[in-house]
Amino acid sequence: MRKYLALTAIAAGLWGAGASQAHAVEIEYWQYLFDSRVTAMNELIDRFEELNPDITVKQTTFPYADYQTRLVAAKAAGKSPEVMQLFYGWLDKFASGKLLQPLSEDMFPSAEIEKDFFPIVTAMKRDGKYYGLPTAVRSLALFYNKKLFKEAGLDPENPPQNLDELVKAAQATVKQDGSGNMISAGITLDMAGQDQHWWREVLVRQFGGDPYKNDYTQVNYNDEAGKKALEFYTGLQTDEKVGKVGFMDEGQAAFRAGLAAMTIDGTFRLGSFSSIKNFDWGVTELPANADGLRSNYASYFANGIAAGVEGEKLEAAEKFLKFVSSKEAMDVWLKTVGELPARREAAMTDENLKDPIYGPFLKGLDYAHTTLFVDESAQRQVSIDMVNRVLLQDQAPAESLKQAAEAEQAIIDHSKK
Amino acid sequence: MTSANNTQVAPPAGRSRKRLRMQTKRVLWAWGFLALPIIFYSWIRFYPTLDAFWLSFTDWDLLSEPNFIGLDNYRHLFNDPQFWQVFKNTFTYLLVGTPLSLFFAFIIAYFLDRVRFMQGFIRALYFLPFLTTASAMAWVWRWFYQPVPIGIINGFLSDFGIAQQPFIRSVDQALPSVLATAIWAGIGFQIVIFMAGLRAIPQTYYEAARIDGLGEMAILRKITLPLLKPTTVFLVVFSSIGFLRIFDQVYNITTNDPGGPLNSTKPLVLMIYQSAFSSYQMGYAAAQTVVLFTILLVVSLMQLWVMRER
Repeated sequence: MRKYLALTAIAAGLWGAGASQAHAVEIEYWQYLFDSRVTAMNELIDRFEELNPDITVKQTTFPYADYQTRLVAAKAAGKSPEVMQLFYGWLDKFASGKLLQPLSEDMFPSAEIEKDFFPIVTAMKRDGKYYGLPTAVRSLALFYNKKLFKEAGLDPENPPQNLDELVKAAQATVKQDGSGNMISAGITLDMAGQDQHWWREVLVRQFGGDPYKNDYTQVNYNDEAGKKALEFYTGLQTDEKVGKVGFMDEGQAAFRAGLAAMTIDGTFRLGSFSSIKNFDWGVTELPANADGLRSNYASYFANGIAAGVEGEKLEAAEKFLKFVSSKEAMDVWLKTVGELPARREAAMTDENLKDPIYGPFLKGLDYAHTTLFVDESAQRQVSIDMVNRVLLQDQAPAESLKQAAEAEQAIIDHSKK
Repeated sequence: MTSANNTQVAPPAGRSRKRLRMQTKRVLWAWGFLALPIIFYSWIRFYPTLDAFWLSFTDWDLLSEPNFIGLDNYRHLFNDPQFWQVFKNTFTYLLVGTPLSLFFAFIIAYFLDRVRFMQGFIRALYFLPFLTTASAMAWVWRWFYQPVPIGIINGFLSDFGIAQQPFIRSVDQALPSVLATAIWAGIGFQIVIFMAGLRAIPQTYYEAARIDGLGEMAILRKITLPLLKPTTVFLVVFSSIGFLRIFDQVYNITTNDPGGPLNSTKPLVLMIYQSAFSSYQMGYAAAQTVVLFTILLVVSLMQLWVMRER
């Protein structure tokens, strides 16, 4: 019997040695399905595996609609991928649900992160620890249709720089048919798209407010500034009649079809707009207010390491995370996906800043804010409903604003319970 | 006495034991075959259903262990104005959708039954939407309902000088718009079932009635409708359950603002979906599921009772 055990032990030892010689550490990487992102990641994985022949990375993707659910379900089943991509707004949920582990201070020193990355990276920090790092960041800008600008007698190389000019340009470009139906919008109004961020982080500030307090735990837009911001936004439809919520179904669809002169959208739209053939379009910074105050909303998907990963897998995961957050990776990402590098040195190059398309987005990053969502879709719904109450039910803006602030506060309070 | 009894009773007992064994064997065989689907169904259907009842008393969020919180979820639910709005919507889908779709389905089936020319083709046309993917269909309708320049319906209206209708961009018109799509999508199935039911009524009854000089309306009232009752009961229950569980049409037509605008089209199933898979309030979602289950059960039982054979 003892002999038998000894033999088994030797066999096991031999097998173990053999395995460590082959040294095939496989880690899994998850992100959501988006063609250019998958292509970029495949290229990064190839480069990484060349540098680290002992590590293989397996990429798995899911449609965006159920990506978050997949991550949560995988955690519940104990099958989380070693490295995962996540929206910064999910961090609260993911950190408290123990989906992620904090990055080790040795491999990823906080001081260095804060020196090298754009300040919005701190949205990945909880209790002094980072839970992930982005490869790329996104910001907003004003897209405009040069053809419609020219037709309206506007200078296509001189897009609006402040809110007054924005309204004027929209008035000049909007088109109505004989019965007063809008057939081409001056500016798209789509709260379900990026307008919610434009309203929250840009307009509210430009009208003198501060949308949240205490690290985004307290809703603070229910004041005069918030009211003016909401009135400005809904006024674009009700008073100026330069846009209409629901026109062409979605703002980006209207712009794409050449039926909207301006739309506010993010870097992630560049890929889809680049295939527009029947008109030229340009990008400019989000308009400033009368005092020249500008603001922007920046967001990003970060990569984090799953809780419970340890040993050589953790080592491999850390190496991989380090690689995909490197300058090299960011250059690949910018070229393939069109998203802005998260490191200053990779982003703020002369070439990028002078780029007519990346330039305005990059400038926006400098003064951008990043809303710390607790339940992004629920909070988005609050903004959509706020505008709908004014536009569809003729509720007074102040009343609708108050209701929205209360509803959003309830969502935040519920999650912090 | 005892021994005598034993000897007397033993033979029949032995025989019955043998017969019992045969029967037991047969039962065992039957259960053996049944066991597989029963175990499978218990595991994937009944166990999760029962588990949902338990979850509705917890604060499970998928990520942390569920804690028992008693009736809190139900209290929250009944105090949630959104729930009552959604409750109202769900019953509007049911109470307007079921009679309307059955009415149209019957009318179409009744007349289609008499058409001989290209009947199969026309029937196929009606049935086609039922075969189409709900999401594709909903997307097409979403564009139909748009304002000009892309909305076909509004384009048609403005050709006749009628004011544009907001349809799915209105709190009042959105639900009827979505419901119309849902009825259109499901009506083909109901027509086919009604037609099968009509065919099953023996022609001799009609012949007898005509010989007796009964008018068409009387035939419809006295013969067709009563004899069609089993078909109608089936369709009422089936389509009620369908409308109570409506989800894909609503979700796909209002995808940018699911159940909107301002919750005016949101059915209970969509609220459950959002609580569960967007806010991860599994316990709360389970409580809503239990409420939906109860509604489905009560409505189905009530219908079966009302329309039972007398």
